[in-house]
Amino acid sequence: MSLTTPVAFTPEQLAEVRRLQALYPDRRAALLPVLHMAQDAFGYISLEVEEYVAGLFDLTPAHVHEVVTFYTMFFQRPKGRHVVAVCHNLSCHLAGAPRILAHLKERLGLEVGQTTDDGRVTLLSVECLCACEHAPMMQVDDRYQFDLTPARVDRILEELR
Amino acid sequence: MTGERILTRNFHRADAHTLAAYRETGGYTAWEKAQTMEPTAITEEVKKSNLRGLGGAGFPTGMKWSFIPKNHAGPVYLVINADEAEPGTFKDRYLLEREPHAVIEGMLIAARAIRSSVGFVYIRGEYVEPWRRFSAAVREASEAGYLGGGFDVVVHRGAGAYICGEETGLISSLEGRKGWPKLKPPFPAIKGAFGAPTIVNNVETICHLPHIINRGAGWFASLGTKTQGGTRMYSVSGRVKRPGVYEASVALTLRQLIYDLAGGVTGNGRLKAVVPGGSSAAILRADEIDVTLDVDGLKNAGTMAGSAGVIVMDETVSIPEALMVVARFYAHESCGQCTPCRECTGWIYKITERIVEGRGRKEDLDTVLDVARRGVGTTICAFYDGAVGPYISYIEKFRDEFEALVTK
Ligand SMILES: Cc1cc2nc3c(=O)[nH]c(=O)nc-3n(C[C@H](O)[C@H](O)[C@H](O)COP(=O)(O)O)c2cc1C
Ligand code: SF4
Ligand code: FES
Repeated sequence: MSLTTPVAFTPEQLAEVRRLQALYPDRRAALLPVLHMAQDAFGYISLEVEEYVAGLFDLTPAHVHEVVTFYTMFFQRPKGRHVVAVCHNLSCHLAGAPRILAHLKERLGLEVGQTTDDGRVTLLSVECLCACEHAPMMQVDDRYQFDLTPARVDRILEELR
Repeated sequence: MTGERILTRNFHRADAHTLAAYRETGGYTAWEKAQTMEPTAITEEVKKSNLRGLGGAGFPTGMKWSFIPKNHAGPVYLVINADEAEPGTFKDRYLLEREPHAVIEGMLIAARAIRSSVGFVYIRGEYVEPWRRFSAAVREASEAGYLGGGFDVVVHRGAGAYICGEETGLISSLEGRKGWPKLKPPFPAIKGAFGAPTIVNNVETICHLPHIINRGAGWFASLGTKTQGGTRMYSVSGRVKRPGVYEASVALTLRQLIYDLAGGVTGNGRLKAVVPGGSSAAILRADEIDVTLDVDGLKNAGTMAGSAGVIVMDETVSIPEALMVVARFYAHESCGQCTPCRECTGWIYKITERIVEGRGRKEDLDTVLDVARRGVGTTICAFYDGAVGPYISYIEKFRDEFEALVTK
């Protein structure tokens, strides 16, 4: 999503922020949940979003930046409408993850970390997603996809609009 | 041979995650019983059961609870470690999705023992479906009145960082910071989340509690070995015919697990090596699998039970390549706070990659062993010592294979 709209939560979202903050003995503890919300709302965590979220917590933007950069699930640049994250850890590797990743790179014309020109898919390779019994596997947005073969990968890609 | 299944007994039911199904199979009766027990009596029962933490370190659960300062005036927190990210481990995912009420009932019991009124469940960010399932169970338990009357559960999501599974890293992350571990002492039981005494327990550990309360410490202890009670869930993956989660006594042997439960080895059918406790555990050769899977059994075998993530390799697997993959993981996941960990994990990954790509030098193997050993015991958390387990054992036990690559 582009950032042509000003960075601000809706009143409902702000109420959710306050609800989350009140769950903890220290409201700062709601920072990760609120960053998840912000990423869903604004597409990715830009510097502007960091500043906006910092304001909601009375934290410095530097603190929020430090947190955002520490975790792999927060994107600092625009990402595709779909994120395809292939596990490349040991059990998946033994089950052919390199072949699955090579297939994805070829089909999408991407290197790891890149997004298709039409903004449809961002390709990642990630550490163990803890579904090693279904290796090789990957995460597509919210969902785990198990027991991958190149043909199965193709079917999954076709469904991504 | 494998005995009764306890934690996984309802896994075949499609509705196992619902309150109705949980109650039908005796759910929440242990909580009723626990409410008639003194908190110290609950702790004593857990001590006698020989339950040991199943998240990685294997520390006796009852003993850990007893470190909470007596008569502490302020809040005490219970934190459930559902950050599951140890390569090769996937049991907590099953429990969150299929037995969420067992986690909640276990939390109620633990909270009574340590006198806590709030529990936080820290679920790894990637576990979206388990998080939804578990959150729904928390709502059901609240509506049914199990929660909200003296004990509340807050479900918290991580955002992708293996180090947040380490208990002090997890606490930092829960507090809204990056997940940097802290030097111990003070241990969390003295000064943990939000500065208050805190118990961090793994999901599977907590799920055993209702059964210990209902059926007694003696029963639980008798299921295992002299120093560890109960069953546990083994995550089996890699080159086996039936990868998956298996529950069995901690006195089961690694051979029984691989051949009797997981159906034996795939590929060429010849076993080469096994990682018994998640990727941080030292590797075992095929002739070293007649060991029991309890904490002390595997420790005596020079490795660790860890999270019981069992990764099986047959003879088609290249051990140097496997080490490169594991080394990449540690290089990526080091939090960067301690120099030895940050630098050595990076160097060792680069060296193993070079070896695998056929650009290795003869001295590389000893360099890795030397670099790896120097950092041991010098870091803030056990992450680095965990990384060293594979570095050293893969090279020591399969040196020939590495040498064949570097002399090319
Ligand atoms: C690097 C590192 C990663 C860890 N990851 C996990 C994890 O994903 N899940 C877990 O329960 N424990 C993990 N642990 C162990 C925890 O620090 C802690 O010992 C455990 O959660 C305590 O619960 P238990 O006593 O019930 O096992 C990890 C430890 C280290 C050093
Ligand atoms: S040992 Fe590694 S992971 Fe642990 S605190 Fe130090 S740098 Fe971070
Ligand atoms: S190695 Fe891929 S999910 Fe664990």
